[in-house]
Amino acid sequence: MHNVIYLLLRRMRLPLIALIVTYAASVLGLVLIPGMDDQGRPWHMDFFHAFYFVSFMGSTIGFGEIPYPFTDAQRMWTLVTIYATVVAWLYAIGSLLSTLQDPAYRRVVRQSSFARGVRRIADPFYIVCGYGDTGTQVVASLAERGKRCVVIDIDQARVDALELEDLGMHVPGLCADAGDSDALLEAGLARANCIGVIALTNVDQVNLTIAITCRLLAPGIRTIARSEHHESEANMESFGTDHVVNPFDTFADRFAMAIHSPAMYRIYEWMTSIHPGERTAPGAAPEPRERIAPPRGTWVICGFGRFGKALQRYLNFEGLRTVIIEADPQTTEAPPETVAGRGTEAVTLRAAKVEEAVGIVAGTDDDANNLSIVITARELQPKLFTVGRQNQRRNDAMFTAAELDLIMQPGEIMARRILGLITNPLLADFLRHARHRDDAWAEALVAKIGRLTASTVPAIWSLRVDALEAAGLHLELRRGTAVDVATLSRDPRRREQFLPAIALLLRRADGEEILLPDGNVRLEPDDQLLFCGVSGSASQMRWTAQNHNVLEYVRTGSERPSGWIWRWLARS
Amino acid sequence: MNLEKVVFAFFIVLALTLNFGFFVGTIDALDQHNVYELFAALVVSLIATVMKFGDRTHLGAVLLATSLVADLHLIAAASVWGFTMHIGGTGLTPSSMATIVSISGGALLANVTSVVLLVVETVMIRR
Repeated sequence: MHNVIYLLLRRMRLPLIALIVTYAASVLGLVLIPGMDDQGRPWHMDFFHAFYFVSFMGSTIGFGEIPYPFTDAQRMWTLVTIYATVVAWLYAIGSLLSTLQDPAYRRVVRQSSFARGVRRIADPFYIVCGYGDTGTQVVASLAERGKRCVVIDIDQARVDALELEDLGMHVPGLCADAGDSDALLEAGLARANCIGVIALTNVDQVNLTIAITCRLLAPGIRTIARSEHHESEANMESFGTDHVVNPFDTFADRFAMAIHSPAMYRIYEWMTSIHPGERTAPGAAPEPRERIAPPRGTWVICGFGRFGKALQRYLNFEGLRTVIIEADPQTTEAPPETVAGRGTEAVTLRAAKVEEAVGIVAGTDDDANNLSIVITARELQPKLFTVGRQNQRRNDAMFTAAELDLIMQPGEIMARRILGLITNPLLADFLRHARHRDDAWAEALVAKIGRLTASTVPAIWSLRVDALEAAGLHLELRRGTAVDVATLSRDPRRREQFLPAIALLLRRADGEEILLPDGNVRLEPDDQLLFCGVSGSASQMRWTAQNHNVLEYVRTGSERPSGWIWRWLARS
Repeated sequence: MNLEKVVFAFFIVLALTLNFGFFVGTIDALDQHNVYELFAALVVSLIATVMKFGDRTHLGAVLLATSLVADLHLIAAASVWGFTMHIGGTGLTPSSMATIVSISGGALLANVTSVVLLVVETVMIRR
């Protein structure tokens, strides 16, 4: 704010001095030049009248010659002053307007309003660097969950887009290079309530710089960085970046999982969904967005860039044969049996024996080519399982119309991963445990969750049994009362019924973790619990955990007297 | 030699000298206080104020404050003068002149402070 005023004052220095000097000269001239009163006697204008006259003349209001008609000498001086004052005013107003519209000045205004916005955030907040496809989704979902954030992007147009977005809360945006530590500090990196930095710019090097800056300037906070190359990934991990997310590896991993264990894939999809509660399909059974599991067999991969390479590695690990089509096999270091070509023409696809394959992956970095590959391939072999990589979010309509079996959208994959990491740390642990279970286990869980939530994406929430989040429960446990997981899942309105929720993970204060704890597992103070279920159940469960009387009812079925007199009466 | 400093020092000292010139004399003697001198003191003081606009140093900020104080006093003195001459209906009386001159005395103090600060700054820099 101070910057803005100082800059404005400095720019206005000369015009204001010009205005003062012009006025002073005009007034002085009018006072010195002899005039004549109504009786023809010599008369000198005083300062009061001179200032009055110059004021209305300079602003071109012009009330006339007062208090007496002017002599010719006075009129001559007035002529001079008319032009002088008008020019001085135009100069002053012109300078003011040009200063207000000056790009440098407006940048300072925007910066200072950004800094004010950051200062006003009292709750914990995240700094999101890069407001592209992923950044947009991360910010929108964070805002939806009531978490504050601050955005830095190098492109003013994206920052403008942020301002137009209706997020339900103020998200300050700054147009700056996020690799610049000053920009990060301005965004509140050093503030006590900054809890994390999410580096999502397109350039790995910038994300790396952000991660290092955070490590050095704010060592305690969480850093999550996007990385598309394995070298920068290793680099980031080497100095303790909390999470490095690679969209290609993440997708390839999920895709391999979908082939390996469709139920496990469905669990992952549900748990990391951006919009809990949304209907997945009109049918009775809950289904993931992509209906059929990818078949086992030979896969054709078009494009051997970072995406193609990651996919080939994961598919080969699953024991599936892959055929690569690549326009430039030399520079991409494709395997020798690679078919050269883009894959958009039938000749290349035939050469890759697409008729014998079970699926095709269009993984080039050009959306139009990817669609063309899928459509051409489907004409050759209608039963192909089609996977398309969608690089730009604005091509949503085209990809939906193409009816692909699976769409890989790096932006969305990143957003899901990151939201999973920051909104619910327990979730990552649960998924890690789940990974080691077999397909039967996953299928059983999917069926269980499916019965509970009835064709909607389940909501995920966690509960920490401490004095802040679960005051009543914490107190009871400290007194030695036995409370088990099933008690917590009872409906606080009718205890005979259970809330539509499943406990996924229980983590003890000493770090012991219990996957899918049974109902009779006893809770201990400072436990952390992860639940999934219908979205409304979370608040009911928190009510039970927080409120002493509700807990008593849920536990024993008797209403507990709330006032101390009644409690005393009940005891005696 | 810094031209900006020369010009600024010129206006600060000129504001003080003009103010002093108006102030000296018997406090209620109408013929010892010249209206042109008050006008000049006011104009010069205004210019000196504007010259300190946008100076972000601590001393610059204090100088801006003192010259704003001087402006306020001089504008008040000029207003009293205009009021008694034209609106009050009594014309300029010794008592109103005493008021005007004492108000300008306040401006004089503010201007003295400015000059002292200026001298302090000059001595500190020693260049």
